[in-house]
Amino acid sequence: MSENTAGQSALVRVEGVEKVFHRGAEDIHVLSQLNLEVPAGQFLALMGPSGSGKSTLLNLIGGLDRPTQGTVHVGGDRLDTLSDRALAAWRARHVGFVFQLYNLIPVLTAERNVELPLLLTPLSPAERRKHVATALAVVGLSHRAKHYPRTLSGGEQQRVGIARGIVTDPTLLLCDEPTGDLDRKAGDEVLNLLQALNREQGKTIVMVTHDPHASARAARTVYLNKGRLTNEPEQ
Amino acid sequence: MAGLLNWFSQVGAIAKFGLMSIPQRRGAVSATIIGIAGVVLVLVGVLSIAAGFRRTMLASGSPDAAIVLRSGADSEMVSGFGRNEARLIADAPGVARNAAGPLASAELFVIINLPKRSTHTDANVPLRGVEAAALAVRDHLTLTAGRMFAWGRNEVVVGAGAAREFAGLEVGGTIKVGRESWPVVGVFTANGGVAESEIWTDARVLQDAYHRGDSFQSVYARLNSAAAFAQFKDALTSNPQLSVKVLRQSEHYAEQSEAITRLITTLGFLIAFLMAIGAVFGALNTMYSAVAVRTREIGTLRALGFGNGAVIAALMIESLLLALLGGTVGGGLAYLAFNNLHAATMNWQSFSQVAFAFAVTPQLLLQGVVWATLIGLIGGLLPAIRAARLPIAAALREY
Ligand SMILES: Nc1ncnc2c1ncn2[C@@H]1O[C@H](COP(=O)(O)OP(=O)(O)O)[C@@H](O)[C@H]1O
Ligand SMILES: [Mg+2]
Repeated sequence: MSENTAGQSALVRVEGVEKVFHRGAEDIHVLSQLNLEVPAGQFLALMGPSGSGKSTLLNLIGGLDRPTQGTVHVGGDRLDTLSDRALAAWRARHVGFVFQLYNLIPVLTAERNVELPLLLTPLSPAERRKHVATALAVVGLSHRAKHYPRTLSGGEQQRVGIARGIVTDPTLLLCDEPTGDLDRKAGDEVLNLLQALNREQGKTIVMVTHDPHASARAARTVYLNKGRLTNEPEQ
Repeated sequence: MAGLLNWFSQVGAIAKFGLMSIPQRRGAVSATIIGIAGVVLVLVGVLSIAAGFRRTMLASGSPDAAIVLRSGADSEMVSGFGRNEARLIADAPGVARNAAGPLASAELFVIINLPKRSTHTDANVPLRGVEAAALAVRDHLTLTAGRMFAWGRNEVVVGAGAAREFAGLEVGGTIKVGRESWPVVGVFTANGGVAESEIWTDARVLQDAYHRGDSFQSVYARLNSAAAFAQFKDALTSNPQLSVKVLRQSEHYAEQSEAITRLITTLGFLIAFLMAIGAVFGALNTMYSAVAVRTREIGTLRALGFGNGAVIAALMIESLLLALLGGTVGGGLAYLAFNNLHAATMNWQSFSQVAFAFAVTPQLLLQGVVWATLIGLIGGLLPAIRAARLPIAAALREY
């Protein structure tokens, strides 16, 4: 299949994907014959029971892992055949990640954490400072720039995580249970932020969650069960 | 260009992160630093014995003094020539002269057995026969008790080192030479040099006592200057009547000290090597724990696009810095503990005793640092590779 036949409207195209993990002699079939298209600009929620393979699918879309079989296209790039080095460079340019446990570097301040992805770009220190300031302003944490993660609340840490995810202005933002460790109020703030990023800046977002309250904010929800995607939850 | 700079900032960011997390792992980290310091301390300490010994041996001879042996002889023991050859050597160009003639002493020596003061068991002592110029061809030779032996008489003077070590070696004492007893009439020092370990008498007296005819084993000569050595050596080696080996005294003593220096050096390396194996495991342990406590964070950085090379480089830097710190501590301790430490006695072949001081030289310290660096490299590499090869998805699942 030619790289250019991918539909113009679909930013993410997952086709015929299988993912098998090996644990000792045992094969774990996590995804089977899975297809998914995410149009550019969509806010998609990915739901499903724990252990159903949500993170696995998100990792494939984010170029953190390769499918056992099938293809993954994002933008014009086919990810499943790229080398490790090429994938790393692709991730740095095209995708932002938001993690359930924020994954901030504890010894760096908020602004240094946000700056990390910019170290992979040719930007000068002055330009990097400008981008960091903008990203922190977007998440409403300019006043916390010099704070270390341990001095921030969970909600604030996750907003720093989102700032780090958007600081390079990626087209695609991948969030793995971004509210999973937050209380309702902090979770709502994070969801407001993601919704605003989607609506006002046109970010394409794929968000893994098992919270219906969170998926309600998305424009579309798909369900992962026994390795396949459906548009309705099982039963 | 920007790419390279950014690569360095990536490495810097990860390395800074690692170094700042050291307080969380201070137990393993200090054990590693102490282990590496121990290796360097022992290595530098043992090698400083060899370096100090060698330094003393080098100090035994000055550069404007020469020793001549038969060609092919490694030591005076196996060297030999007759009166004629000895005269040709003494008259060669380059040899300094005074009113009495050339400053050259044709010498021979035998090994005799004397009881040690400490154990009353017999041990070897060199008994050297010298000519009148013997005092002039050596540096800093001083009589500290009694008088010089009389020429043509069965009398001896003894080096201060030998006097300390052996019974009967004091003014008024005697030594047994064959069936006779020879009086000790004086004691001399030689600035701590090798001669202090010897007993001296008239060369002709010794030749007669040991039926050596008119033969010698070496000629010691004082030259006009250090630069005159080349002229002296060329004259002797190009003379068809002679087949000799010409050395500066300093070189000769260095050569004589080679065997023991090599022995000590080999021992030092062996001990340090065994300790280094232990230190490598310590460093491995530390760096594995450094990687383990940061698995998720390193996974996160790699997810953001940080390269494996940057991860490996940063972890290696961390390991190297710890190793260098250990090496510096070990080298510093070795310097404080061993430099100029005076050693008592050293028994080796014909040397009954050589007094010397340990010498922690800059070269030894550099060697210690090189060892520390190697330990750091080996100890850091496997954990760094593991950190870079762990699948990112697996790293991100760690809690
Ligand atoms: N690296 C791996 N090795 C082995 N099994 C894995 C690995 N990653 C995930 N799995 C397994 O795959 C299944 C799906 O995991 P995951 O995608 O994390 O599920 P979810 O995010 O939906 O909770 C689980 O059974 C998990 O144990
Ligand atoms: Mg998951």
